[in-house]
Amino acid sequence: MKTLRAFGRQVFWEQRSFWRNPASASFTFAFPLVFLVVFIAINGNETVRLPGGKVKFAQFYVPAIAAFGVISACYTNLAFTLSIRRDNGLLKRVRSTPLSPAMYLSGLAGNVIVISIILTSLVTALGILVYGVTFPGRYLGFVVALAAGAFCFSAVGSMVATFVPNEDAAPAIINFVVFPLLFISGTFGRVESTSTLGRIAAIFPIRHLNQLLEGVFNPNTTGTGIVLSHVAVLLAWGLGTLVIAALRFRWEPRRT
Amino acid sequence: MAPVIDVSDLHKSYGDVAAVRGVSFQVEAGEVVAVLGPNGAGKTTTIEMLEGFRTPDAGTIRVLDTDPATGGSALRQRLGIVLQECGIDPYLSVTEVLTQHASYYDHPRAVDDVIALVGLDEKRSSRVKTLSGGQQRRLDVGLGIIGSPEILFLDEPTTGFDPSARRQAWELVHRLRDLGTTVLLTTHYMDEAQELADRVIVISAGAVIAEGTPETIGGRASAKTTIRIPWPVDTDLAALPLTASRDGDHARIETEAVTRDVHTLTSWAIDHGVDLEGMTVTRPSLEDIYLELTNASEGPS
Repeated sequence: MKTLRAFGRQVFWEQRSFWRNPASASFTFAFPLVFLVVFIAINGNETVRLPGGKVKFAQFYVPAIAAFGVISACYTNLAFTLSIRRDNGLLKRVRSTPLSPAMYLSGLAGNVIVISIILTSLVTALGILVYGVTFPGRYLGFVVALAAGAFCFSAVGSMVATFVPNEDAAPAIINFVVFPLLFISGTFGRVESTSTLGRIAAIFPIRHLNQLLEGVFNPNTTGTGIVLSHVAVLLAWGLGTLVIAALRFRWEPRRT
Repeated sequence: MAPVIDVSDLHKSYGDVAAVRGVSFQVEAGEVVAVLGPNGAGKTTTIEMLEGFRTPDAGTIRVLDTDPATGGSALRQRLGIVLQECGIDPYLSVTEVLTQHASYYDHPRAVDDVIALVGLDEKRSSRVKTLSGGQQRRLDVGLGIIGSPEILFLDEPTTGFDPSARRQAWELVHRLRDLGTTVLLTTHYMDEAQELADRVIVISAGAVIAEGTPETIGGRASAKTTIRIPWPVDTDLAALPLTASRDGDHARIETEAVTRDVHTLTSWAIDHGVDLEGMTVTRPSLEDIYLELTNASEGPS
């Protein structure tokens, strides 16, 4: 109970700090939402071939942007937060207090999960209300995909943060890692699984989260939308990068 | 009574560089102890080992009868740690940051009391990023004392302060001392050590080279007093009634019998119609002693 309250407090302060930071709040939210609006404006009349038949572009694009939202909230956000806070000594300060490191990191994770939920809800609601996207009622599949994605990309973000030498290098490294992968993984437009790009993208986790959510939103198929092979890849990436993050994690700034 | 900090024969190297080589000292409950030393002397390394941030290569540390490297949360409940260059969440306000940190402790001070103690009343609702450097440092100290610590570590608490902010910080340390808090501070400033410390420990090149009260350290109590009088360069020192040495356009007389020698000098001046305007009588400052000590230890050996 006491632990739960402490966790709630950490998430509360993280949330407050997040919403007051114009850069983090606007980047995390603006990118996915702007991409959603702009790309649908450009390609809105096209159709995309998915398993089971063709769908409107928005029906394909909303789940892709929901995936991007999870990546933005978890990977980008956590990688920035951890590398900036390490560089300016905030993490070191935490170690000077009785707050347990696990509780502090749980608070950060809880914060990005809250942001993920808000962002994916926003993208989905926008899709349904404005772009006439249908949600085929696969709630369990949706939650499984988001949970696996949030875990995976939080872990990847934590790992990438350990490779960021200082605050100045953070934007370049963090964005350089993710943007090419977003493109080849079909976040901004269909990439066929049988193509070379599709095969390369299949090595990395983004494409698997895209395909999971695409399946959850596909109105022409039946079933839960949960594809265990995609979930397994996300969990494997999550566990692998979490181990590397834990081994490389440092509380103190790098000073040379 | 057992000391609250007991350090013995501490060693720590970074690669080939021996930062700390054989430091030993003790701090009693309620004492204010200042660790002095030049940059790179090993002050921060030593204090960070006491705080549990670094593990010593050799030697033992007991802080409140606990090894700080393994004391964890239970020990940190009882310590206040004010580090150098340590960030605070820039988007929270002074009150919010203190409230957040207060929740980490079993017996925190009231947030309002701490705000008053560190003099941030007017800034209580301001975001941390809008505070000046000195105000942030005061908030640092506030975060250090929010948990009503038994021992407060202050690593260069007033570096970068203007004179009035330093006075206020000193006032705060005096108050904490009156409340029974043990304080271990590092500083570059001799006047700070003089003002605050019951005891001074001088560290140079990774070792303790002197230890004592600010009044007696390095033989300061028995050191000679210096009398300086204006004495134009072309004037013979032998004209003076006392043995003197040349110090620019001044003559310098070192004495252990200040009253007698000053009397001799002034009577002689009146008899000979010499003007001693500008005469100074100074006991060696803590700074003189410190420089003498650290030069001796760092010089060619």
